[in-house]
Amino acid sequence: MNATVFGLCGAMAAGLGLYGLITDAQPLRKILGFNLLGAGAFLSFGVVARRGAAAGFGGDPVPQALVITGMVVAFAATALAVALLLQLFNTAGAATLDTNATSEGNDPPVT
Amino acid sequence: MTIGFALDSAIAVLVVAVSCWTIIARASFAAVVGFVSFGLLLTLVWVRLDAVDVALTEAAIGSGLTGALLLAAAARLRTSEFATQAERPSMALRVATALLSATATAALAGALFLLPSPAPTLAPAAAANAGATGLGNPVTNVLIAFRAMDTMLEKVVLLLALVGVWSLASDRFWGGPPSPLRGANTEGPLAFLARLLTPLGIVVGIYILWEGADHPGGAFQGGTILAAMWLLLMMSGVANAPATRFRSLRLVLISGPMVFLVIGLGGLWLGEAFLAYPVAYAKPLILVIEFVMTLTIAVTLALLLAGPPTREASR
Repeated sequence: MNATVFGLCGAMAAGLGLYGLITDAQPLRKILGFNLLGAGAFLSFGVVARRGAAAGFGGDPVPQALVITGMVVAFAATALAVALLLQLFNTAGAATLDTNATSEGNDPPVT
Repeated sequence: MTIGFALDSAIAVLVVAVSCWTIIARASFAAVVGFVSFGLLLTLVWVRLDAVDVALTEAAIGSGLTGALLLAAAARLRTSEFATQAERPSMALRVATALLSATATAALAGALFLLPSPAPTLAPAAAANAGATGLGNPVTNVLIAFRAMDTMLEKVVLLLALVGVWSLASDRFWGGPPSPLRGANTEGPLAFLARLLTPLGIVVGIYILWEGADHPGGAFQGGTILAAMWLLLMMSGVANAPATRFRSLRLVLISGPMVFLVIGLGGLWLGEAFLAYPVAYAKPLILVIEFVMTLTIAVTLALLLAGPPTREASR
């Protein structure tokens, strides 16, 4: 039953992503952690799809299609998050979520 | 069975190891490299789970495009990285988070083990209705016909994300082109590769779109390959990033969801339901939607990666 192995794998990737999302101070690492969390969730759902193999298909096509849609939406959200982060870096001079650090910094350069 | 199990276990161990690396690596760039390898390993996992359509999407979008986006951001932020590294959370918070994550993992794994058996599945329903569309690939059937609403709304989400990215531009640059992805070096090996690979890539992209009707592939995967080819042209300086004020560009961006919406409303008007295709015209309508959608996906994904406009529009 190989699906079980990958189910554990997905659950662990999701847990590791959650840990990175909360504990890492750097915004880019938070985005990375969130993507790992998402990928783990997709993989778990993929195992559910595999268990639903029937009617000559290797897996239930409905969860598979939902995962494909989810991956595209995850990319769109990541692209927006990265654009916001780079904008923060350009205006505040540092990519940090620490409000004390940015308010004491230099005036934002006018771009 | 045993060889397959050994292979699966080896892949699973590698996936977990690489995701650990992504979290613990000190340098962000190294962490992103870990994430890209994680995506490529995940592609193998999807193949082993008999989900080749998802594997193609994972390789193209999950690993490829997301990887390129994050690598560029990591390189850009490298100078400020060490200042923020000092902000480590306290030991207590890290232990509490580790406990929370372990609980989440256990809950997710437990939920997978406690699923009812035999597992509920929509595969027989998808197989029974496959004749209505004339397509042989069940996943494409679900994406374009059975759950077309999801796919249409997802196109709208892509568009909203792009509006969000563009709106980060300052007033002066509104409507201008995004910054060049790389210093234009038109004589380098990258430019040669771009000239050589792009025609092939376009053929492969269209082939994957066309084959998606009956075999793994489809609009998402084909569109991503086309987006990658365009990005390669922009990165090598062979083509310039377009000014975002061009009306033709914006028309391409909205054409995907618009065609979907018009055909959907047509289904409502002709009496059945929103997004119901008349059976006699199902296949040609699906082809029209898929072709327009592929173009929209390619352009939207590439522009999402290119970022907000940073130069003035030339008049």
